[in-house]
Amino acid sequence: MTQPDKTTGSMRVQRGLAEMLKGGVIMDVVTPGQAKIAEDSGAIAVMALERVPADIRRDGGVARMSDPEMIEGIQAAVSIPVMAKARIGHFVEAQVLEALGVDFIDESEVLTPADEAFHIDKMKFTIPFVCGATNLGEALRRISEGAALIRSKGEAGTGNIVEAVRHLRSILGDIRKITQADSAELFGWAKLLDAPLPLVQEIAETGRLQVPLFCAGGIATPADAALAMQLGAESVFVGSGIFKSDDPAPRARAIVEATAHYRDAHIIAKVSRKLGAPMTGIAMDEINQRYAERGW
Amino acid sequence: MSARARIGVLALQGAFAAHATTLQRLGVSTAEVRVAADLEQCDAFVLPGGESTTMSQLLETSQLFGPLAKRIAAGMPVFGTCAGMILLSKGIADGRPDQRSFAALDIDVQRNGFGRQLDSFETEIDVLGLDRAFHAVFIRAPRISRVGSEIETLATHGGEPVLVRSKTVMAASFHPELADDDRVHQLFLNMVQG
Repeated sequence: MTQPDKTTGSMRVQRGLAEMLKGGVIMDVVTPGQAKIAEDSGAIAVMALERVPADIRRDGGVARMSDPEMIEGIQAAVSIPVMAKARIGHFVEAQVLEALGVDFIDESEVLTPADEAFHIDKMKFTIPFVCGATNLGEALRRISEGAALIRSKGEAGTGNIVEAVRHLRSILGDIRKITQADSAELFGWAKLLDAPLPLVQEIAETGRLQVPLFCAGGIATPADAALAMQLGAESVFVGSGIFKSDDPAPRARAIVEATAHYRDAHIIAKVSRKLGAPMTGIAMDEINQRYAERGW
Repeated sequence: MSARARIGVLALQGAFAAHATTLQRLGVSTAEVRVAADLEQCDAFVLPGGESTTMSQLLETSQLFGPLAKRIAAGMPVFGTCAGMILLSKGIADGRPDQRSFAALDIDVQRNGFGRQLDSFETEIDVLGLDRAFHAVFIRAPRISRVGSEIETLATHGGEPVLVRSKTVMAASFHPELADDDRVHQLFLNMVQG
């Protein structure tokens, strides 16, 4: 029998995987063992990387794409989707990740940027991309470059949710305002946001971003995850928050449950018990490098 | 059954919102189901796509698995897509050892049988009972490896079944909720409204 016509890598297929990841928790892992713990705890996907953001922050130096062998080890360890990070603008790292067959590429400000002017042309890839954003203009520029998923940048590796809240409120607040704007005002919005007019017009019509919006950067507790979800995020990324805590597995499970039942305070209270200490975390005035300022 | 059916959509994880939007376009009311109490008012049920391992665990911890299994066994119509199909299947290959299923449909499936995201695809399929092709989106899709003798195959891709049903259970390895085409959901509502 001849194979029927089929299309891979289309925007619909890329955004389709992002749809499937809604209502879940994507966990940063640095070893196959951690990936197993994440999958056992109900993660919908894992992000394979060399060091969690808290360690990148501590160690300094240049942070790059992970060793392919390490990514393959994690792919072999779990059956859920595996994501990996490429540096902003480093399209060859992205090509390598696509060659490895990862399920999603994060063009991430947590790694040291490779290009100070341009993000990756994501339209050229079969694998979907997720990109960070601090405001709606940034989100729409990434979508116009082909991102299939947007996440708040937050401030990775701090265990402090304040920046993610700021970014979610900014993105979702501007979407709410745009739905109230008249057609003439939309030109002003496109200019103000430095974003393509057709994307702004589409938001005015639908009241939502073209792709799913997840939260990342600073989630450390089940209540943090539920806060992001109640604010309007559709899933959460947890980086350092799990494997930098005292007892990762129970905390991972609790964050998964709190994300699924994000409006039910009784369930969030129940799962928040006996988790040991969360990661210590850092206040924003204690850090000297803001990752969220990387990218534009 | 009431004139206006109420369809529960499992909302613990996955593409539940897209299913609800499609069903509402067809004029039925929907309810997001996360705990057993949400299930009581439902005449039929949808298990969406997402990660079947995650959903299986959350069904347990949310104490929803037992009540839902009871309703399905009692004949409540159910439609499962992708991960939802895995949760309805009798046999699961390449799942987790602790992964549970409702075993409501006499088929075996292989998780991610069509491959990773690099292999995810969209294509046109012919569906029994529909007058023109349906645009089917397959995302890290499960493969149906065995179909029981009582099971009707409604659509195939490359000679393999991708949409199947029994008297009360329908399952798709693709995602009709991503298609901007309500006809497969209408087929399910025809089963619900008999």
